[in-house]
Amino acid sequence: MSGDPIYTEMIIEYSRNPSNYGKIEDAHITRHDSNPLCGDSIDLYLNIDDKKISDVKFDGKGCAICMACSSVLTEMIKGKSLEDVKKFEKDELLSELGLEHLIKTSPVRIKCALLSLKALKYGIYSYFAEKMNDVESAGNLKEEAANLY
Amino acid sequence: MQANTYSLEEIRNDFPVLNRRVRDDKKLVYLDNAATTQKPNQVIDAITDYYQNHNSNIHRAVHALAEESTEAFEVTRDKIAKFLNIQNREEIVFVKGTTEAINLVAYSWGRDNVQKGDIVVTTEYEHHSNIVPWQLLTQETGAELKYIDIDDDGELILEQLDEYLSTGKVKLVAISHVSNVLGTITDIHNVIKKCKNVGAKVLVDGAQAVPHMKVDIASLGCDFYAFSAHKMLGPTGVGVLWARKELLENMRPFQGGGDMIREVHKHETTWNDLPYKFEAGTPNVADVICFAAAIDYLTKIGMDNVRSHETELTKYALEKMSKVKGLTIYGPKDPQKASGVISFNFNDVHPHDVATIIDKNGVAIRSGHHCAQVLMEKLNVAATNRASFYIYTTKEEVDTLIDSLEQVAEVFKL
Ligand SMILES: Cc1ncc(COP(=O)(O)O)c(C=O)c1O
Repeated sequence: MSGDPIYTEMIIEYSRNPSNYGKIEDAHITRHDSNPLCGDSIDLYLNIDDKKISDVKFDGKGCAICMACSSVLTEMIKGKSLEDVKKFEKDELLSELGLEHLIKTSPVRIKCALLSLKALKYGIYSYFAEKMNDVESAGNLKEEAANLY
Repeated sequence: MQANTYSLEEIRNDFPVLNRRVRDDKKLVYLDNAATTQKPNQVIDAITDYYQNHNSNIHRAVHALAEESTEAFEVTRDKIAKFLNIQNREEIVFVKGTTEAINLVAYSWGRDNVQKGDIVVTTEYEHHSNIVPWQLLTQETGAELKYIDIDDDGELILEQLDEYLSTGKVKLVAISHVSNVLGTITDIHNVIKKCKNVGAKVLVDGAQAVPHMKVDIASLGCDFYAFSAHKMLGPTGVGVLWARKELLENMRPFQGGGDMIREVHKHETTWNDLPYKFEAGTPNVADVICFAAAIDYLTKIGMDNVRSHETELTKYALEKMSKVKGLTIYGPKDPQKASGVISFNFNDVHPHDVATIIDKNGVAIRSGHHCAQVLMEKLNVAATNRASFYIYTTKEEVDTLIDSLEQVAEVFKL
């Protein structure tokens, strides 16, 4: 099965040893999300200091794609400014793992790939809209999250 | 019984989809029969014939097509009565599936018969469709919902039922005849006997039983029985609620509209006779009619033969699978105690990954929680893989499934 378009070395490796896996106690933002049909279920924890993501972790249960994408997402956003993270697009995440093709080839598995990004967008939205009472900065994050897949 | 008349090859020839090639030109190995079964030509042709030659609304007009359609629709009811040994045809209500049948009971019977302080009992291995309607009912009425737990073999701990029944508060036991995840066959006669002794009503979810074994409703003695056509070679969108006449007579209608009425005045309406009182609006005429072809097909094979074919396959599969390293099988290991359903996990690989990898070989299994999250919690897993067999499943297909697991091991470097 060499050259498998989904289960690359990198994905298998991340699924065995996910990065930033764990819980942040009393995180500034905690967002739970799940895919009801497949049983992927994660919590995303974010700390925000100085308008930057100062720390991020995730935990939960999911398939290899979900674990790998959540790992890479947390790696990519750690230390980034909220402004940058707000603009983060799904293609950036998918291409990092060579999974762009899933958008076309697997409407089911794309949900596994984007679950953590959905949690991130909702999380940042609630940070702005609910914690900071700053609906303007929250922008369309909520709609973006809802329309991600 | 006439096992030698069971020609797997002939049966397979009746199912065009089984010749499909999928993915990279792989032969389809369809092992998701608990979700829905494939349809034989006889059923597909019946749909075409209906729309080409008879299509019409039923029970109203007097023209030729309407008469033909009405008769064919009612013939299906008679065939179901015969197939399941039901004495009164008016006790057979057409609905859109098991889910609707159970919701009908929860609404039309539950709302008037379950009150605060009463108990409704269900089990840990129910499909969501036999849990959520009872949650809604008990939350609304203030009644209590209790569960019969399962043991390590995936069988119900019936002592718990005794305990609940001894309170004298149990109004209804809603229980599946066969578990859709574990394949466990419930000791249903025993359950019903216990309930009858104290006057509790019993609803049986037969979605996974009627397609796979002989079911005799008259001898069961339950009060409600539900199943879906699409899990037994029939079309989607048709299901049956069977209920005792005296219960149906006293139940309020589920939906109001055409067909379910006798007379409608500005401020009052009288109900039509059974079963029409519960069949409001234009029913799924075409699919009910072609469901008869599915019943004919199963009748011709014989349900005892269906059962023995599946038992043999399950025995074969369990024996082979028990030798695969890293495979955990959930539910009964005795094929006599289970229907043709095997739930498993492979090492710590998420079921979704297993299903995606073996799908490349054309093997279609189900991965997920199978609409049974309460059971998943009990098993302490997020999801399982499920292979489920039917009349056309072959041992070679079971072999392909098992061989494909090797590829999963390879990809995950196990
Ligand atoms: C045991 C059981 N009950 C109920 C259902 C629901 O059937 P339907 O979706 O046809 O209403 C199913 C189908 O998945 C089932 O397996």
